[in-house]
Amino acid sequence: MSALTLTLTLKSNLTQRVDMSPLTVDKVAENSIDDIKAISLRSGKRSLRVDELFDVSGQAGDRLVIKNSCDKLDYIGRGQTHGKITVDGDVGAYMGMQMEEGSLTVNGDVGIFAGCEMSGGEIVINGNAGELLGAPLPGNKQGMSGGIILVKGNAGERLGDRMRRGIILVEGDTADYCGSRMTAGTIAVMGETGRYLGYSMSRGTILLWNKPQIPPTFNDCGLHTLTFLALFFASIRHLDSTMSEPSAVFNRIHRYGGDMSGVGRGEILVKVQ
Amino acid sequence: MIINGVTIDETFAEAFPMKATRVIITAQNSKWAMISAQAMTGFATSVIGCGCEAGIERELDPFETPDGRPGVSVMVFAMGGKGLAKQLETRVGQCVLTSPSSAIYAGVDGGKAIPLGKNLRYFGDGFQTSKLVGNKRYWRIPVMDGEFVAEETTDMVKAVGGGNFLILADSQPQALAACDAATEVMQKLPNVILPFPGGVVGSGSKVGSKYKFLGASTNDAFCPTLKGKTNTALAPEIESVMEIVIDGLTEDDINQAMRVGIEAVCKLGTGNGVRRITAGNYGGKLGPYHFHLREIMA
Repeated sequence: MSALTLTLTLKSNLTQRVDMSPLTVDKVAENSIDDIKAISLRSGKRSLRVDELFDVSGQAGDRLVIKNSCDKLDYIGRGQTHGKITVDGDVGAYMGMQMEEGSLTVNGDVGIFAGCEMSGGEIVINGNAGELLGAPLPGNKQGMSGGIILVKGNAGERLGDRMRRGIILVEGDTADYCGSRMTAGTIAVMGETGRYLGYSMSRGTILLWNKPQIPPTFNDCGLHTLTFLALFFASIRHLDSTMSEPSAVFNRIHRYGGDMSGVGRGEILVKVQ
Repeated sequence: MIINGVTIDETFAEAFPMKATRVIITAQNSKWAMISAQAMTGFATSVIGCGCEAGIERELDPFETPDGRPGVSVMVFAMGGKGLAKQLETRVGQCVLTSPSSAIYAGVDGGKAIPLGKNLRYFGDGFQTSKLVGNKRYWRIPVMDGEFVAEETTDMVKAVGGGNFLILADSQPQALAACDAATEVMQKLPNVILPFPGGVVGSGSKVGSKYKFLGASTNDAFCPTLKGKTNTALAPEIESVMEIVIDGLTEDDINQAMRVGIEAVCKLGTGNGVRRITAGNYGGKLGPYHFHLREIMA
């Protein structure tokens, strides 16, 4: 397998942001090392060759490893249709944007708009995530529409904004406006959530381990035992997460329906302690 | 061919292509999953009068079901896809949705999708929600007992219906005991159902009737009380004939079910009044599947 892994090691800290979108597994799969070294990356108003920024080793195939990464590398895995990308270090903005298939693992923190408008595949963030995880680009109407995002740390504001489908899992805390304007999909948060939870959500599910500040526009629907939660937990069983451990599974919840200021068909489900 | 004194006729069972699906019903406990399954598979003995043939395949342990609750797998067979879809929807709507604590899921992959919860969701009157989990869509329908969960579709696959054999015995109790022995082992097999009551037909039919309005009527050649009055197929000592009908997903499934069933009957032997095994066919002209008894038992 190692022969099919392409490794890019960042040579030094960057001062300018770099657009990494030409370097997805599917785009470089057929290229030789020399071709890859010659790929042009946008950085501000300049274009830089890959080998100006990275030491390139291995061979293009199903895996891409980016080492020594930093938060100036944007658009990693943008529009990826297959393959696996692993990043050691922090990542900039728009990681996994419009991703369709495959997987993306980050051993560090990620910036804003990670997984934005993604439609499939799996993103695992072992650190923290910035604002607007799984959201749409500014001005667009539809955020994440498929796939799974797992954040092992905390996540920033407006997580899952305008989310249409898919699953976002956060083992840590989320900031304000979690699940804002959601139209469907599932967000699960093991830690605390901030203010304005589910703000203006029309449909979808926010599943919580801890009791949040319930906004006044959500109505109490009482305590329930939901069969559906068994299906949900079974679907994330394959993930390496505390959420997928048998001890994390529950089906007894307190249901709040909302946001009643709008369509009101969304729900906040809070684990009954 | 004679096994343990029981004559195996040189004949064959004639079976037909059908469409089938399997669904998994779960509930809070196995008792209620079974009640729901029994209701759903009631009045489903023959396509002639019931529109479909349905039966319980087996009970499922919690680890075998999608939601981790006790369950029952049910199979439904019909002559065509349209009829199957209609029967499935009606039966799930009236018997499973109404059954307390129930949920229903697809139990077979690989064919054309037919609606399961897809239209039943409208019972939710706008309060229903859907969830896409993996690549499967589920409907959550709020109901008085909580929430009814139904997978959106199940798959319809090709199947074989009408495998059968007849048990000819010295008395009615002995024929029934032989049927009990056969159905007990046959019901343990996967991919087959025995759609008739308890798996047994006490009144097998022939095609046609003296009455123009009736398409099927009593199989007089095998009616023991008519031995002196009709062109009988029965020896003088036969007092009772019972039939076991099998629907299965493949020819092999029916072959195996017939073999274990006939083996169990023959094991009882003439000592228990079992005299002869035969099978029902229409001369081989109607059904493309022929299950030759002697080949099966060879």
